[in-house]
Amino acid sequence: MNGPDTLFAFPARLLHWTMAVLILAMLFIGAGMVSTVSAAYPALLAWHRPLGIAILVLALVRLAVRLTHRPPPLPADLPPIQAAAARVSHYLLYALMIAMPLIGWAMQSAGGYPVILWKGVALFPILPHDIVAYGWLRRLHGLLGYAFFLLILGHVGAALVHGLIRRDGVFRSMAGRGG
Amino acid sequence: MKTALRPSVALLLIAGILGLVALAFAWAGGWLSPRRIGGAAIADALQDNLGKPEPGWRRAHAKGLCVSGYFDANGTGTALSRAALFPAGRIPVTGRFSLGGGDPLAGDGRNVFHSMALLFRLPDGEQWRMAMDHTPIFPVATPADFVSLQIAGIPDPATHKPDPAKLQAYLAGHPETKAFMDYMKSAPLPSSFANGTYYSINAFRFVDAGGASRAVRWQFEPEAPFAALDKKTLDAQPRDFLFVDALKRLSAGPMRWHMIVVLANPGDRTDNATIPWGAGHRRVDVGTLTLDRAATEAAGDCRDYNFDPLVLPRGVTASDDPLLPARSAAYSASFRRRAIEGPRPDALTQAGEGGAK
Repeated sequence: MNGPDTLFAFPARLLHWTMAVLILAMLFIGAGMVSTVSAAYPALLAWHRPLGIAILVLALVRLAVRLTHRPPPLPADLPPIQAAAARVSHYLLYALMIAMPLIGWAMQSAGGYPVILWKGVALFPILPHDIVAYGWLRRLHGLLGYAFFLLILGHVGAALVHGLIRRDGVFRSMAGRGG
Repeated sequence: MKTALRPSVALLLIAGILGLVALAFAWAGGWLSPRRIGGAAIADALQDNLGKPEPGWRRAHAKGLCVSGYFDANGTGTALSRAALFPAGRIPVTGRFSLGGGDPLAGDGRNVFHSMALLFRLPDGEQWRMAMDHTPIFPVATPADFVSLQIAGIPDPATHKPDPAKLQAYLAGHPETKAFMDYMKSAPLPSSFANGTYYSINAFRFVDAGGASRAVRWQFEPEAPFAALDKKTLDAQPRDFLFVDALKRLSAGPMRWHMIVVLANPGDRTDNATIPWGAGHRRVDVGTLTLDRAATEAAGDCRDYNFDPLVLPRGVTASDDPLLPARSAAYSASFRRRAIEGPRPDALTQAGEGGAK
């Protein structure tokens, strides 16, 4: 059961765990920065933009890796409804990790803000200045952020069920041989 | 996992892990800290103070006029900061005159902040945004005090007027706010947007090419000679007289200000906007702001910008003044709300006072 084909490819595992840390950090930063007017607000905001762009770049690389590397199959005895939930939730995770940074970039563009990666380096706008578009994109960015967090909670919960209860190799396929 | 957990124990463990992560997220988001102040809490306090939200409008300084022009730097600022505004040359500027308060149709004859907000479009996509008032000091030193002051001034539902006892109770514990109110009562109010001096309110830090950092404030001092309004006749003035005056003056010719950078002396407070730095400071004239066009908010190009004072270029950073992050967060909360509500026609446009256009 420890053959290489039961694990995700090494680049996939590396991207998964790197992005897991970055995305969780990003969601905590996002929720935290809108909650405070302390000096943490500008500090967190300054991290939020470059991290978001880093996640976008990594997500595109990851999509390419996913399309070129076949993931290990789900266990044959997994009930169809759970297999379907796994498939749908993974489409949603990919969609969110690509869409969230793009919405953030688009909304800052529509808000007429300079999209500052770090002091002195601004990205080009990807939407024209339009305050109403900003308003809706900003709301969408916030709502999808919370949805993303809930989806990740579900993902972690399912992974732990595979790892601790079913013990069917699904958890180990991403955790690596030590899992 | 060599030894298997009993499924019930494993389920409990999983629930515990997920619960902890959710709890940590709730802590980060402030849901476990009802006393934590976010930008939305400040916007709420401003709305409550006004008595009702004004959908589509800035939650403070709702009434405004768009202006534009340029800044001619004389080059002396480069010794203080590496900001791209300071090398000798011309930088385009978008600006907004406004009056304090959240009512977009309020009369101009009020003893409130006269304000000038500026957005400098620097090379390479950088911007420097400023939101300045005609007073060198601010009524409160901290975000919590700002919220308390707004709450103390919430109109009573029966009388539609703030309860004087609540304001007195607040002022009793806040001599700095009392001092500001006394200053507002006695200080002359500029007769026009054109002849006011506009102050940075907060301290900032300039960083020069060598990496040295210094605390500064700045002010825009008008070339137009100062004249004061007669505070006794404020009520009798036409509703939009200050904005109509600005439109008229700008159709006759440009307005100019000098940007004066004031360098902190040792011991000057940078973390408290209620304390003026006083006299005896080194002042550096770094260039001239020329405003040569005006338009109503509906016709102009300032309404849909957030003049967030922490949109800063290289060479300028925030000081340790706790109001700065609070202004940034609160302006953003206001911007979020009015953006999704959609802009509305401004007072001048409604009254047909927007000029030829």
